[in-house]
Amino acid sequence: MKKVNCEDKKVRCKSLYIDGTKYRTTLHKKYLTRKQYAKPEKNKVYSFIPGTILKINVSLGQCVKKGDSLLVLEAMKMQNIILSPLEGVIKSINVKEGERAPKGTLMVEIGYTHELT
Amino acid sequence: MGLKRKILELHKKREEVLKGGGDKAIEKQTAMGKMTARERIISLCDPDSFHEYDLFVEHEARDFDMDKKILHGDGVIIGTGTIYGAPVCIFAQDFTVAGGSLGLMHARKITKIMDHALKMKVPLIGINDSGGARIQEGVNSLAGYGEIFFRNTLSSGVIPQISVILGPCAGGAVYSPALTDFVFVVDKISKMFITGPEVIRTVLGEEISMEDLGGARVHSEITGNAHFFSKSEAECFDQIKKLVTFIPRNNMGKAMKFEPKEPKPEYKISEIVPGDPRQPYDVRDVIKAIVDDSDFFEIQELWAANIVIGFGRMNGDTIGFVANQPLVLAGVLDVDSSDKAARFVRYCNAFDIPIITLVDLPGYLPGIDQEHAGVIRHGAKLLYAYSEATVPKMTVILRKAYGGGYIAMSSRHLRADFVFAWPTAEIAVMGPEGAANIIFRKEIMSAEDPEKMRKLKVKEYKEKFANPYVAAARGYVDSVIEPEETRRLLLHSIEVSGSKSVFLPKKKHGIPPF
Repeated sequence: MKKVNCEDKKVRCKSLYIDGTKYRTTLHKKYLTRKQYAKPEKNKVYSFIPGTILKINVSLGQCVKKGDSLLVLEAMKMQNIILSPLEGVIKSINVKEGERAPKGTLMVEIGYTHELT
Repeated sequence: MGLKRKILELHKKREEVLKGGGDKAIEKQTAMGKMTARERIISLCDPDSFHEYDLFVEHEARDFDMDKKILHGDGVIIGTGTIYGAPVCIFAQDFTVAGGSLGLMHARKITKIMDHALKMKVPLIGINDSGGARIQEGVNSLAGYGEIFFRNTLSSGVIPQISVILGPCAGGAVYSPALTDFVFVVDKISKMFITGPEVIRTVLGEEISMEDLGGARVHSEITGNAHFFSKSEAECFDQIKKLVTFIPRNNMGKAMKFEPKEPKPEYKISEIVPGDPRQPYDVRDVIKAIVDDSDFFEIQELWAANIVIGFGRMNGDTIGFVANQPLVLAGVLDVDSSDKAARFVRYCNAFDIPIITLVDLPGYLPGIDQEHAGVIRHGAKLLYAYSEATVPKMTVILRKAYGGGYIAMSSRHLRADFVFAWPTAEIAVMGPEGAANIIFRKEIMSAEDPEKMRKLKVKEYKEKFANPYVAAARGYVDSVIEPEETRRLLLHSIEVSGSKSVFLPKKKHGIPPF
């Protein structure tokens, strides 16, 4: 039987805080490689799935309402209509028609209306 | 003439079919470091115990020139054999025959042996090594998979089902192993995924190797799809044989009885757990100090290592162990560890294996990722599993048992039959630091030296509540015991709960949070 010794460098002990108490323990790979949380930004429209930009229905500076069609992203044998998540002005369009967009591409950014004034 | 010639004809026919996919294909299989399907069965079963069925089955596909192709045994071997004298049903896909692809007759052979296993109430072992559906057979091959999944589900909880992944197992095919009780994988040989690297590259534009996507290590460490990892096929077969000695052959039977043996003297139970509740230790040493011959057979060793599950023997009989592991992530409960333990508790309950739970946890793992991954729903699985389990349940609280974690880990409140606590146990609503900060918030804030006051109050709380006696005073803990008494008292509790019977409300089935 080998006793666990946290002073031994091979054990790779780290600290983990739970309810204000510091525990000495090791951390496993899945915990160490977990994704950091990032707050989603509603005005930035990312491709939720990789695909091809079939059609862009808006132009720069155009006012859009919540639910307006921004573009068509073809993916998984489906023409997905990407809708505007909020009311605002098209601040930037980062894709072209016919272009392939990997997952997580920032396709369109919408400026909040109050930013204009 | 007559009989003799007919027997010779049979020999010739057998010889032809036993070649499988032929010398070239066998050579290729060997070059990949893999055994052939028949070699695998021979290594797994007791010598000369295997009897093969359906050797002469042929496919009946006609499209795409399939009528001109001969596929020996249709790419799968089925039969019955014994392991340490215990009967088992086996199927092994033969990669040398059309890549072990699954067609209608291939699937019919598998379902035949599955039906046999369920009818005869013996364990089923499936060796998977297949390129997937036989595309030429179209929807017939999908029908074949469906029939297999259906039988996996019917057999679940009646007979043990073991899946061995010794090659590719991709697409729909992976769902059969996923429905079975134990999945064995071998480093660099096993590959499991729904969508392969090729599709992921073309559709998603993401590059990944087969090994990184669904190799043996990934399923043993990250996904939790596999239960046993080994470096070679030979090692894998040894693990399967060992597992067979621990599990009953069906839900009406008992596992093999072994000669009772004392734990090895090198495992000194009173010297393993540090008194300081913040210091780690390997809880497997505590299990080894309790079980016969210090022989603990761990399941899912590499995944969610913050909880330990596995089998050991007490007085020669199989017992299921669940234990928090302070060595990893301080032994917290989280999404994966709850999932892992809950499924194991249900396995033990289905096959009438008593459960010993060793408790030492600070609570649940805090974090946005945990909350968003649904730790509420996954954590609930463990409460559900322990609550519904009617097998004898023994709990030993070694050190910390705080908050929701205390309840979840087979507490009295979930109907544990015996709850023991060591004198080092701290059974409380939360750790002393957290509790003192809340209860004495005003005193701490208004003190001249808040830090000094905080320390004082933590100490006060610790002295009053960080012990087993508050819970023992309510009868939530039956006995506060010395570590040395643990094995003796556990043996006693198993002995006196031999004819445990519990009446549950009548229902079709419950709705566990999965």
